[in-house]
Amino acid sequence: MEDEQSFSDICGGRLALQRRFYSPSCLEFCLSCPRITLRSLTAVTCSVWLAAYGLFTLCENSMILSAAIFITLLGLLGYLHFVKIDHETLLIIDSLGIQMTSSYASGKESTTFIEMGQVNDVVINEAIYMQKVIYYLCILLKDPMEPHGISQVVPLFQSAKPRLDCLIEVYRSCQDILAHQKATSTSPEGGDKIISASNRRSHSGMGAYWHRQEDKSEQDHDPASRIGHCDYVQSFMHTR
Amino acid sequence: MGLVFRGAAEAGLGAASAADRPGPPDAVPNPTPTPPAEGADPGSSRGPGMVLKAFFPTCCASADSGLLVGRWVPEQSSAVVLAVVHFPFIPVQVKELLAQVQQASQVGVTVLGTWCHRRQELEESLGHFLEGLGAIFSHKPWFQLCRERGSKSWSCKATHWRGPASPAASGEDQVMLIFYDQRKVLLSQLHPPMALPDRQAGDTTASAGGLAAVFDTVARSEALFQSDRFNEGPVRLSHWQSEGMEASILVELAKWAAGPVCLFLACLLSLISAASSCRVFKLWPLSFIWSKLSTCEQLRHRLEQLTLIFSTRKAKNPAQLMRKDLIGQLADALIPVADHVAEELQHLLQWLMGAPAGLKMNRALDQVLGRFFLYHIHLWISYIHLMSPFIERILWHVGLSACLGLTVALSILSDIIALLTFHIYCFYVYGARLYCLKIHGLSSLWRLFRGKKWNVLRQRVDSCSYDLDQLFIGTLLFTILVFLLPTTALYYLVFTLLRLLVVAVQGLIHLLVDLINSLPLYSLGLRLCRPYRLAAGVKFRVLEHETGRPLRLLMQINPLPYSRVVHTYRLPTCGCHPKHSWGSLCRKLFFGELIYPWRQRGNKQD
Repeated sequence: MEDEQSFSDICGGRLALQRRFYSPSCLEFCLSCPRITLRSLTAVTCSVWLAAYGLFTLCENSMILSAAIFITLLGLLGYLHFVKIDHETLLIIDSLGIQMTSSYASGKESTTFIEMGQVNDVVINEAIYMQKVIYYLCILLKDPMEPHGISQVVPLFQSAKPRLDCLIEVYRSCQDILAHQKATSTSPEGGDKIISASNRRSHSGMGAYWHRQEDKSEQDHDPASRIGHCDYVQSFMHTR
Repeated sequence: MGLVFRGAAEAGLGAASAADRPGPPDAVPNPTPTPPAEGADPGSSRGPGMVLKAFFPTCCASADSGLLVGRWVPEQSSAVVLAVVHFPFIPVQVKELLAQVQQASQVGVTVLGTWCHRRQELEESLGHFLEGLGAIFSHKPWFQLCRERGSKSWSCKATHWRGPASPAASGEDQVMLIFYDQRKVLLSQLHPPMALPDRQAGDTTASAGGLAAVFDTVARSEALFQSDRFNEGPVRLSHWQSEGMEASILVELAKWAAGPVCLFLACLLSLISAASSCRVFKLWPLSFIWSKLSTCEQLRHRLEQLTLIFSTRKAKNPAQLMRKDLIGQLADALIPVADHVAEELQHLLQWLMGAPAGLKMNRALDQVLGRFFLYHIHLWISYIHLMSPFIERILWHVGLSACLGLTVALSILSDIIALLTFHIYCFYVYGARLYCLKIHGLSSLWRLFRGKKWNVLRQRVDSCSYDLDQLFIGTLLFTILVFLLPTTALYYLVFTLLRLLVVAVQGLIHLLVDLINSLPLYSLGLRLCRPYRLAAGVKFRVLEHETGRPLRLLMQINPLPYSRVVHTYRLPTCGCHPKHSWGSLCRKLFFGELIYPWRQRGNKQD
């Protein structure tokens, strides 16, 4: 079962979120980034060639012009192959793990798979990015030494950078599957997780944010900002 | 059929799933009914509706019906299927084989369930037959995988027997099928993620992460893959060897044949070259014919090249080996380069002897130092010109050793640079010594100027009362040294900069040599040609899914990125690292102490 919605990213570009529901335990989200536009391509090409022509008039060496053409071509190929991400996919399989795939514009795909045994939780975090404060979805990994500690934070959808509404959709589905997985897991700490999962599920969407606040693992937030964000979230949820 | 199978309850169960388990029953000669074996693992505390994972090799997807053999990992609720045992078989022999494999490989291989590759016609009896097998090889949970021949629809069930007393209470779990390429997983090596440095590397008991358990199971079950369905043994298995045996035979043959073939070729070539240099072929009219046919000319040309490569005689003329006489060109280029460097140094000294950068130098000292260094350069140039006839031969002999590799050639280049810039090194030493002496003298006389003295016994500065004449001479000398300081300092600065430049070039070459030495070429080649051997992880792809059918995933190996390959398999380098930190380097420069940028092991210079 597939459905598609359109959202916007933090800069205002259009994103398309495709959700594929394979089974109650397997879900896939595909977020498509805005394509490379003809306008930006033309602008870059023209600026490079103008600069090359300016150098040519100074140096009277025609190699500069051919070099500029080569640079443009190679730069475009390199950009498409290494930089420009076409779509990012998140595949969650209950009891197996979470897989993130980034597909580049040239067709290259880079995949990372995290086993469910290493996943502590999936949360929405906020961060200061240049001059903005943005939300991002991230996976918290378990610390092998400490049973309830966090060893690493893996951010998701880093190139697409969707806004909060899109993140909420993904977050809700992830939490459904994670709760189901923890309820049926065989690990010894499944017990406590079941309780917290049921707590989580008993609240509405607001409850999800409260759970996030109560999570002891957010070391990089001081209490003041946490409370402030909590207030903002409350008002945000009320106005929706 | 002579099987012991359960009563109507099983038939009822069989009927529920009989719709997808037909197939031609094969005769089972003399099956021995055994009580439910101890193959059942201790039950894990699972809730109902649990999804079990079955790792199924892609090579068995087209195999005929039979028993599934593999390992059950209760912690991950996953079953790793290793092979399929075909009908007909004797259960006792199957159990013997599994016991053997278990002993040989320390992997708990058991019968996990049944596999049914059905054709179009439905057969009820096979359903009951397969149910009966569950009684012979009882295992919790008992998997029943089924596939329609020629289509992509699969069905799988996992059931739990509760014993003959309450058969109706057996529960069914959902099964998720994960296909994996058995040969690739067998050969692959899983690398743990780098981000957690304190995690233990490589657990041997295969109970670490779920995927590591799968890889480990397959890798250690080599004993199971030795016999095949084409072999004439009592038990016929299907696994990755069933589809790949022919190709690997060819590769093996090629490998064995490579050694003798090369030797044979070398002998053949020597025979041919001996025969072709025979005098018979140089007689007229044969030689006339050979010279007219271009094929013969080309063959002779090629033969000459090959004999040259394979010959063991030393070359009479060094230029014979080079097509373009590179060594000669290099030797010709060296002398003018050395001359050019010497000329530039002379210009530099002339500049220093004048008014460099507008500074006013002490004329007498300037002239002395300048003339001293100029004479030194003159000696060096005459030495180079004396050596010039022999340079080409020396270079050729030295260049021969470059056949040991690029690193040797680079090291030779570094040594040549050191030898050619020997005069710069000498100048640096002279300038540094003079400057060092001056600094020490200045510091000592400065202490005298203030009425203090360095106490060698106590290693500290003490006050001291000097006589008047001591003070007078000391102050005089101090003044002289202070006013001569700029000149000496300038010479020292210039030659230190030149020396540092040479040291930087040599350091770059050494860095390059280190890099080439420590580059793991085999691992990089393996990553390029057989990327599945070095695995950073796995990636999953969801295959075509129909509602009501089990979820099917394809597990592929995610190869290690090149940066991690180099980082993990980097060879130990034998290079030396500089012993100074930046602070100590600056301190030494300021006080005029000599700098030895690297010390070779057992080669101390002073």
